[in-house]
Amino acid sequence: MALIDLKKKEIYCKIVYYGPGRSGKTTNLLYIYNALPDRFKGKLLTIETKGERTLFFDLLPLSLGKIKDLDIRLQLYTVPGQAIYKPARKIVLKGADGVVFVADSLRIRREKNKESLADLKEHLFEWGVDIHEIPLVFQYNKRDLASMGIPILSVEELQEDLNKDLNAPYFEAVAPKGIGVFDTLKTISKLSVRYIAKKYL
Amino acid sequence: MGVLVLTPEKVAQLEKLLQDYLISIGVSLALLIDEAGNILVSVGENQDVDVTSLAALAAANFGATNQIAKLLGEDDFSILYHKGKKDNIHLSKIRDELILVTVFRDDVPLGLVRLKVNQVAKEIQEI
Ligand SMILES: Nc1nc2c(ncn2[C@@H]2O[C@H](COP(=O)(O)OP(=O)(O)OP(=O)(O)O)[C@@H](O)[C@H]2O)c(=O)[nH]1
Ligand SMILES: [Mg+2]
Repeated sequence: MALIDLKKKEIYCKIVYYGPGRSGKTTNLLYIYNALPDRFKGKLLTIETKGERTLFFDLLPLSLGKIKDLDIRLQLYTVPGQAIYKPARKIVLKGADGVVFVADSLRIRREKNKESLADLKEHLFEWGVDIHEIPLVFQYNKRDLASMGIPILSVEELQEDLNKDLNAPYFEAVAPKGIGVFDTLKTISKLSVRYIAKKYL
Repeated sequence: MGVLVLTPEKVAQLEKLLQDYLISIGVSLALLIDEAGNILVSVGENQDVDVTSLAALAAANFGATNQIAKLLGEDDFSILYHKGKKDNIHLSKIRDELILVTVFRDDVPLGLVRLKVNQVAKEIQEI
């Protein structure tokens, strides 16, 4: 649920990074956090297990750009991708204004990507949101693995598996190096903020 | 997907309510948040508390507890209370989508906080 505060002249927008375990969601937030100067970012909050897997969520608050005369405040969340944390994913997704689906390009993760997208659809539906309506961007991450001789899915295959009927914008990425990270962020924030503004401003 | 639009008048009204009912009895920090973790208004001494993180965690905590309630066959837990050595935190659901977070020291009686939270909740519902 977006929040528009006309007193502080701020618009709050919640963006959730979704996707299977180890696809690189937290890595996206870490890269953004490390790349941005202090004036654009708040504290990075992470709730993780000992093995650095997300247990509940990560949160990175950003303050980037303006629309009309309102400052845009983005709250970037990640969900825990591991199958057992399904209830936690549902909670984090509550009130999302936009979703980034971080897919794993590793060929052996093909089914996990599809399962995770089905899980996303189901949870959105439970919150009364249609996946075709909410702003959505795909990120095909770990494109660098091909050069190490590891079998990865082609972009066409990923598109066919995940984005065929949704037709959302997509980006190839190598999250630890920042490739595709800001393109993804810019696109989802633009879509989400515009969506809110169109409806309510 | 709903959007909450806060006008300056609404913010002022809400701040005054939190001030009059809660800060006046010694509560150190009162936040009104939505279930997505956004802060609608915050009043009190929040200089050294990271309120953004607090709001996100409180909303998540509430969400998790509601899921637990469902597992147990309860409808909902509408109040959560955590006691610390010095600071205590009280979370209470207001209307469908809002949570009132209060942080207070040991010298403020829990019973009084509960009473005031209930009273202010009624007023907030009318805004
Ligand atoms: N080679 C390569 N490794 C990556 C890439 N993106 C992420 N990784 C690595 O993959 C591992 C998992 O990344 P995370 O960002 O923690 O994954 P996650 O999606 O947050 O995982 P969960 O929290 O379990 O859902 C880490 O060791 C990352 O360094 C990439 O583009 N290329
Ligand atoms: Mg993670």
